[in-house]
Amino acid sequence: MSNTITQSLAEPVLRPRATRLRLVRQRTRTAWFFLLPMLVVLAAVAGWPLLRTIWFSFTDANLGNLTDYSFIGIENYLLYEDGMWYGVLADRLWWRAVWNTLFFTVVSVSAETFLGIIVALTLNAKFRGRALVRAAILIPWAIPTIVSARMWGWMLHDQFGILNDIFMTLGFISEPLAWTADPSLSMWAVIMVDVWKTTPFMTLLTLAALQMLPSDCYEAAKVDGIHPVRVFFKVTLPLIAPALMVAVIFRVLDALRVFDLIFVLTSNSSDTMSMSVYARQQLVEFQDVGYGSAASTLLFLVIALCTIAYLYLGRKRMGGY
Amino acid sequence: MTIQSLHMQPSTRKLIKHLLLRTAFWLLILAIMLFSVFPFYYAILTSFKSSAQLFSIDYLITSLNFSNYQTVLSQTSFVKSLWNSLLVSTLTVAISLLFGLTAAYALGRVEFRGRGTVLLIVLAVSMFPQVAVLSGLFEVIRALNLYNNPLGLVFSYTIFTLPFTVWVLTTFMRQLPKELEEAAIVDGASPVVTLFKVFMPLLWPAMVTTGLLAFIAAWNEFLFALTFTLTDDQRTVPVAIALISGGSAYELPWGIIMAASVIVTVPLVVLVLIFQRRIVSGLTAGAVKG
Repeated sequence: MSNTITQSLAEPVLRPRATRLRLVRQRTRTAWFFLLPMLVVLAAVAGWPLLRTIWFSFTDANLGNLTDYSFIGIENYLLYEDGMWYGVLADRLWWRAVWNTLFFTVVSVSAETFLGIIVALTLNAKFRGRALVRAAILIPWAIPTIVSARMWGWMLHDQFGILNDIFMTLGFISEPLAWTADPSLSMWAVIMVDVWKTTPFMTLLTLAALQMLPSDCYEAAKVDGIHPVRVFFKVTLPLIAPALMVAVIFRVLDALRVFDLIFVLTSNSSDTMSMSVYARQQLVEFQDVGYGSAASTLLFLVIALCTIAYLYLGRKRMGGY
Repeated sequence: MTIQSLHMQPSTRKLIKHLLLRTAFWLLILAIMLFSVFPFYYAILTSFKSSAQLFSIDYLITSLNFSNYQTVLSQTSFVKSLWNSLLVSTLTVAISLLFGLTAAYALGRVEFRGRGTVLLIVLAVSMFPQVAVLSGLFEVIRALNLYNNPLGLVFSYTIFTLPFTVWVLTTFMRQLPKELEEAAIVDGASPVVTLFKVFMPLLWPAMVTTGLLAFIAAWNEFLFALTFTLTDDQRTVPVAIALISGGSAYELPWGIIMAASVIVTVPLVVLVLIFQRRIVSGLTAGAVKG
């Protein structure tokens, strides 16, 4: 058999059609064989559980006993009974969670993008100690989310937190603030920690895009005496926009499913509760698998829509794939 | 100042402008450094404080008190959770790399119908919200008898490590020269031999990168670890740290929490600093090239 392959590779012109077809078919079969382990794992860990979650959302399943349940239609989503609306879609807390998640996503991703670009532009300049700074900005990224939530929880402590101390010394505030407990501040505390933790990611991706830029148009701009700020908006930003867009969408999808940071920093407070925190609370703490699955399914739909948008945008860029 | 500067020579004005810009630039660098490093520095500082010193605010390390570390490391459940985290992360990396490598061979080297679809599925899975599979996965893990077992976590973690590994390794696999594979085929090597003897040695850098990123992701994971384990000795470290509590919500043992946090984070920070370049290239390959 190896003989035929040798021949076919050595003399491609003389290769008979039938042999070539057989070789292609054999290679395709090998490819699927190699793909099989990954596909099986992904089906077991993602595909099947997702289908089950969607199915559970139409049942009254309970976490204590997942085998004994009955189909109840869309009652978990919406139910009208005795003049009252029930279900996830009628729950004010759910809509609160949706609003919180969207607010968190928009504000933190915008802030991260803005800061990420500034830091990346700074690091793109050549200066002594650049490697050191570049290593330093990786630290927030490397720290586990739980640990950063705990660290900031301590720094934001209402009585002994260092942040209140700094702000009071600088005269920004006159008395200590309860960052994580005050309803009007807790969401901002969560956003602050998230921005701290994920700005490095934005910075690295922006920096990578910046370093791929051709230098000739900058030289041309310099010769023409164009102001650097103008160069940034007219040349740099449009050129890094595609890469930036991908990074933003990555972060948006990540922010929409935020769980651990909020869960640890402010626990189950409704002021900061995200869709993921809401769904998990119903599912695990209240043991209501049906209702929790309905919330999870809704979250999945939101993210699926964003993913489709991303794939649509990404397809244009991928080209070769 | 303004009147003076009007009378200055243009070159002097330029010099002052230059100096101001340089100062602003270095202030910006300083701000970036402080912003990145200070929180972790403060955690280290706090971890060296005795519980009495905790309530005075210091900006510099004044004492080196190891009692918090002693307390944390003498808790068998914490040591056990460190071990669990290490086990779970290592196994997750091994499985992701093995299955990722075979899949990347198929996706990166062979032209076949359905390849684009498989790549799209892989990408779509990496975007999955983990909560969306929580109840279904809970059932699967129960059925496999892996509830409250670190192996159940290894299984569930592949949902986010495997797609990423496949995606990045495929990118790297496509860059390898075609002649290598042809030479291997001419020598009569089977696809398995080609993959593991010819491609794998060349892909080591990419595998180290993706392996590290998968390790960090698995080490940091929280939602599955919290949901699929029940007892203290089966937990991973993020859950252990999140669940450290004091007498009440208002009396958290912050010194101990910070000591545990530092223990968990220092290996990661060291890894990241050593493999800085690799990690950056992996992140950009996963996002920008993808």
